[in-house]
Amino acid sequence: MSVPANSVTVNELLAVMGSRELKDNTTVFTGVGTPMMASGLAQRMHAPRLTMVIEGGIVGPRWKPGSLPISTNEMRAAYRAQMLPGITDAFLLAQRGFLDVGFIGGAQIDRYGNLNTTAIGGSYDRPKVRLPGSGGANDIISLCRAVIILTAHEKRRFSETVDFITSPGWLEGRDSRRKRGLLFGGVSRVVTTLGIFGFDAESRRMRLEALHAGVTVEDVRTNTGFEVQVSDTLTTTKPPSEEELGILRMLDPARQFL
Amino acid sequence: MTISPREYDFQAARLRLEQKPKSSGEKLTTLDDAVARVSDGDHIAFGGCLFSRTPLALVRQLLRRRPKSLTISRNLMCYEGEWCMVAGAVDKVVTSWMGIGLPWGLSKIVREYVESGRVPMEEWSHLALGLRYRAAAMGVSFLPSLTMLGSGLMDVGGSKTIDCPYTGEKLLAVPALFPDVAMLHVHRADRFGNCQIDGYPHMDADIAKAAATVLVTAEEIVSEEEIRLHPDRTVIPGFIVDALVHVPYGSYPHECYGLYDAEPDHFSGYVEGITQRGAPSVQEYLERYVYGPATHAEYLALFGEAALADASRRGRELVT
Repeated sequence: MSVPANSVTVNELLAVMGSRELKDNTTVFTGVGTPMMASGLAQRMHAPRLTMVIEGGIVGPRWKPGSLPISTNEMRAAYRAQMLPGITDAFLLAQRGFLDVGFIGGAQIDRYGNLNTTAIGGSYDRPKVRLPGSGGANDIISLCRAVIILTAHEKRRFSETVDFITSPGWLEGRDSRRKRGLLFGGVSRVVTTLGIFGFDAESRRMRLEALHAGVTVEDVRTNTGFEVQVSDTLTTTKPPSEEELGILRMLDPARQFL
Repeated sequence: MTISPREYDFQAARLRLEQKPKSSGEKLTTLDDAVARVSDGDHIAFGGCLFSRTPLALVRQLLRRRPKSLTISRNLMCYEGEWCMVAGAVDKVVTSWMGIGLPWGLSKIVREYVESGRVPMEEWSHLALGLRYRAAAMGVSFLPSLTMLGSGLMDVGGSKTIDCPYTGEKLLAVPALFPDVAMLHVHRADRFGNCQIDGYPHMDADIAKAAATVLVTAEEIVSEEEIRLHPDRTVIPGFIVDALVHVPYGSYPHECYGLYDAEPDHFSGYVEGITQRGAPSVQEYLERYVYGPATHAEYLALFGEAALADASRRGRELVT
């Protein structure tokens, strides 16, 4: 192993912090990359009865260490799955309410957890930068009981407004999400490279709840494009352990996703 | 951008189906005969998902006919959509996501064609697009859903909500999508077009039922008896299928579950060309892989037997 255990990469930090948010005896709608690492780690640490559901129409895979999927719709993502119901039906499991948690990311996020993966700048028809699109992100944030956003913390990403709402968080806050017909779920956590945010139960604005070791509130403010609210009970996260890092590096020895 | 009423007109779609023979007879034909059923201006739905079970042999044969003004739809559009853009074959792309995958970053072709307004990209959520095909497969004009509400995607296709007649709650009315043509690649079929798919089904069965014309390639043509021994595995009945072509490695270099793995190095080469030379590199790719080879065998020869055998070995390993 070329990387010493005490040097933690951005993706390792996100995967470890993301994994700790997952509970045993629950279900998670997860994607490739960091969410997949977080889910795989949780299963091996504290949540052996966590079931993964994958966008490609896959239930309960046991991914092969060293042979992780690069797409949610390829054979590696289905490795030793319990069921292959198809894409539409996998999402309908979420609509029915079977999915406790979903993981997503995004190019832009605002204080209400609204995400943009569609277009930056310009108009929808003539965007300055065309991003790939929603894929299942919109469905995951609309239909899962809780959603965890895993993302690098950068000022351009944490933006005052998003140019397009691909995936609706709490929309304009308060009860606006429910008023639009999104009766269930919502964004519960935003896990970043600087700390962990929750959302105020009333205003639905993002609120800093924990900092990673060595990070200050000022660091978060400097790297955030909107006003940062801080919890009265701000805590510090426990750094990734040797055991957690060891499992991640066992799952992905070539460090394709770490 | 709003969708055309033609896409969800369930009565017109039904009439079209009623006027069509639903034969349980012979469907085997050639690739060229199959794609000759496509007209300029048609909406074609591609089966599979991203680089899994993409009907690439049908797409290549289609492009060889230099079609125009097509609309293409697919749940996650891979580089076959870029080919159609660069070939000047499409007026619109309907999808939930377009690219190749995480390691290859944003598609430069999508950026060039969509940002300039040359080819509009109509975006739906992944489930919403799945429900569009399913609504059509069910013969209705819409399906209620709880997804996509409150998002910017509502405006893209002009989606509407309905008040539930029982509970009064607001629901998304996902409009049906009845494509003119479905292009699908399956694991096996008998010569009458009864199709079986191994592994993940993607949206193929819904697309087959939704479309007016169904073109299928199969890795293997099996006997009628083989299908009748395992009818539970048939996902598309023969009377739905218009044309069937026997095309082993019909998705290659994309994957076909349990039969062969994808070729990420090939994708990297394709993307590297675009990074260096832009859209003209896709034109060169089309010359080499699409317009050049006269037959599917000539196409496969560009990759070589060793590569095919290796992809098969890797594909089999992933299901054992």
